[in-house]
Amino acid sequence: MGISPVLWQFLTKWLHASALFPAEASGISPYVDALYFFLLLMTVVGTALVAALVFGFSIRYRRARNPVATQIDGSTLMEATWTIIPLAIFLLVFVWGALLYFRIYNPPTNAMNIYVVGKQWMWKAEHPGGQHEINALHVPTGQPVQLTMISQDVFHSFSIPDFRVKREVIPGRYSTVWFEATQPGQYHLFCTQYCGTQHSGMIGEITVLTPDDYKKWLQESTSGMSLAQNGERLFASMGCNACHSGNAAARGPNLAGVYGSRLTLANGSDVLVNDAYLRDAILNPSQHVTAGYAPIMPTYQGQISEDGLIDLVEYIKNLQSNYRIQQTLVTSSSDAAAPTTPPQGTITPYMVKP
Amino acid sequence: MSSTSTIVSLPDQSTAKMPKRHYINNEHGLLSWLLTGDHKRIAILYLISITFFFFIGGAFAGLIRLELLTPQPDLVAADTYNKFFTMHGIIMIFLFLVPSVPATLGNFLIPIMLGAKDLAFPKINLLSWYLYLIGGTLTLAALVLGGVDTGWTFTTPLSTHYLNTHVITAASAIFVAGFSSIFTGLNFIVTIHRMRCPGMTWFRMPLFVWSHYAASLLMVLGTPVLAIALVLVLLERLIGIGVFDPTKGGDPLLFQHLFWFYSHPAVYIMILPGMGVISEVISTFSRKRVFGYTAVAFSSVAIALFGFFVWEHHMFIMGVSNYSALVFSLLTMLVAVPSAIKIFNWAFTLYKGSITFETPMLYAFGFMGLFTIGGLTGVFLGSLGMDIHLTETYFIVAHFHFVMVGGMLMAFLAGVHFWWPKMTGRMYPESLSKLAAVTTFIGFNLTFLPQFILGYLGMPRRYHAYPPEFQVLNVLSTAGATVLGVGYMLPLLYLGWSLKYGAIAGNNPWQATGLEWQIQSPPLTENFLETPIVEHEAYDYDWLANKTRNEVTTVG
Repeated sequence: MGISPVLWQFLTKWLHASALFPAEASGISPYVDALYFFLLLMTVVGTALVAALVFGFSIRYRRARNPVATQIDGSTLMEATWTIIPLAIFLLVFVWGALLYFRIYNPPTNAMNIYVVGKQWMWKAEHPGGQHEINALHVPTGQPVQLTMISQDVFHSFSIPDFRVKREVIPGRYSTVWFEATQPGQYHLFCTQYCGTQHSGMIGEITVLTPDDYKKWLQESTSGMSLAQNGERLFASMGCNACHSGNAAARGPNLAGVYGSRLTLANGSDVLVNDAYLRDAILNPSQHVTAGYAPIMPTYQGQISEDGLIDLVEYIKNLQSNYRIQQTLVTSSSDAAAPTTPPQGTITPYMVKP
Repeated sequence: MSSTSTIVSLPDQSTAKMPKRHYINNEHGLLSWLLTGDHKRIAILYLISITFFFFIGGAFAGLIRLELLTPQPDLVAADTYNKFFTMHGIIMIFLFLVPSVPATLGNFLIPIMLGAKDLAFPKINLLSWYLYLIGGTLTLAALVLGGVDTGWTFTTPLSTHYLNTHVITAASAIFVAGFSSIFTGLNFIVTIHRMRCPGMTWFRMPLFVWSHYAASLLMVLGTPVLAIALVLVLLERLIGIGVFDPTKGGDPLLFQHLFWFYSHPAVYIMILPGMGVISEVISTFSRKRVFGYTAVAFSSVAIALFGFFVWEHHMFIMGVSNYSALVFSLLTMLVAVPSAIKIFNWAFTLYKGSITFETPMLYAFGFMGLFTIGGLTGVFLGSLGMDIHLTETYFIVAHFHFVMVGGMLMAFLAGVHFWWPKMTGRMYPESLSKLAAVTTFIGFNLTFLPQFILGYLGMPRRYHAYPPEFQVLNVLSTAGATVLGVGYMLPLLYLGWSLKYGAIAGNNPWQATGLEWQIQSPPLTENFLETPIVEHEAYDYDWLANKTRNEVTTVG
């Protein structure tokens, strides 16, 4: 931008005070607004140009002043001018917009993850530490936050106008968005995709806290169980540990450390294990058989809620060893290989609470 | 640049008399209208039916604006509000905008402009009106039985699994109305290819015909995809085939791809014929050939071509691949260029013209201003990073209303006023209609400019209730809608009045060059007494001047 920073600050301050412009409360907002002002300028100049031509010619060549029209066929030079100049401007806008898009939709690696489940007509946010919120989301300033979102029913869309971010929340598929809040305060959360009767009631508050306040909030609002702990319980109660025990003879692949790795599937394709893959592999295992294993896993479609899936995903994501899995009683069927007992006196065996 | 000067001065039309025999009084009785094959009569049937649906759709718009006057959900229940905007969308798009110019003005004028007696398939033309009527009746049935609240986009899985309103009736209505549109397009394509009179080469056709040709291609190639999408929704709803259901291995995004594959080209189906009207009107009232005829003609075809490859720009935030989004954004930028070319060519048509400001010209100027804003705000939405913030808000609502209402409806009204003398043989009242044009323009801007600001503030579309800080702008918008409503009621009243009391128009009240202006108003059923032979280019004012001179000598 060729505009002086002082003028820029003045301009944005004035606009924000006027209630005709949304707050700039995230790291990306000034960049989005810069493109917006450029586009606004383009529109004003373009419209003014057309208006000037229409009014100018209308006055100069009105019948009273110019009773005789001069017939003109056209001009290749003029055609080229008004093809190339708009094209150049539009291409500039394309590149600018594309850079912004990639920036808004590609999260940094140090982003902290929060899960969001949308359903008719509420938003449920689940923090990894087990804090649950309905139609509300608490986030700290100065920390990139990634939202992994899924819908339990229809399309929704998660929009925070003051952060300039929005993403469709889709049934059956994780979508993500990230932002870095800069200003503590309260901001609107809207569902922007029409989702049925109470669409306009599917709103909430984003509360941005300073990192210290956020820590305090986390401690005060914990439910006592982290998502991963919930996941571990679910893992045992669904009998997953019967096969995914990590033993050499186990019927299912070892899950410890699988997140983030590359896996070769039975059909020869190569996949990256991420949240979406884990979810799909649980719901639709026959399409996601790891090479070297038999397609014997039953589908869990309809047996686990989206919340439960998030717990399982979060659990597997953080699973670094199979020790605790092997300590867990197998509920569904017994594995041939019995769990190995750790040497006496090292660690007291720890049973998962029933 | 070859340039010559021309003065066209036709004999005074004030002494003109209504011709004794014309297409309106050729046959009498209701059946002679309902079973007619005459393209002009079918155009009138269409005009009456789309006007009816326009005012129903408009009533819903009024109710929506009334509800949004206050932030609280106080006028109607949430479900009712959702039905309002759904019915507004379905009626306005499928029953008004898509057939508006092509089925009325296009139907009436294309055969005459080409020097033909009728369209290629008169019976299919009549069938298409009946299909439209069945579609319209089914829509009304869905409305009367309790309405439908899917939004005009029928997004799955909301429309297939989560609503118990009359989705099936409404979707069948659009399915049937779609065939009406396909038949109209087919008829136009065949007529333009096969029925041009001797000497009427492709590059002598009026630009009105070119833009209808481009729109017809879109109708014929795009509408079947909509039909497929709707049939899949119906099957999913009725027997649960699971194409769009993730739990059965389907993909909910597939519906959006299919739907927008039609519905994006559909906006060009709606706007291209309007652009054709603007070319005719601006040329006539500047008494000057359209600047860059070839560029304007080919830009219509370019819009039709590129228009098919931009549909994914409705889905940039829906988790499509980032790289496919890149491609679609680039193509979206390209499709904006032909529209810019058209705007500048129209502006330069005025250059060195001899301009007068009759009502159609005022509407055309309104079109140029509003369509420019509508088009340029489309660039905001085609730009990937900007689209994330703006899509699904009031910004997009304002954008497409600028194009569809500010653009298309202005063009439709320009066309109706321009050809009213030809269609009815009588003039509309000039000063009252100028007042209506200005009222419409002011009301329109007052309604939709605040919505751009609301959109950037983040107000989502299709909201029944909204945070109180958005109220001031919504009140402005509702006030504007009231003015706009008055602007649209006026033509209904004075055009109706003019049918009986309007001044007799005569053959060529505007001194225009088109073939339709060289025959009597209203035309004969067979249009021409003898097949015309065209030996001049379109918009050839020299030819018109010479022709006039010869006629005067003959009579004298």
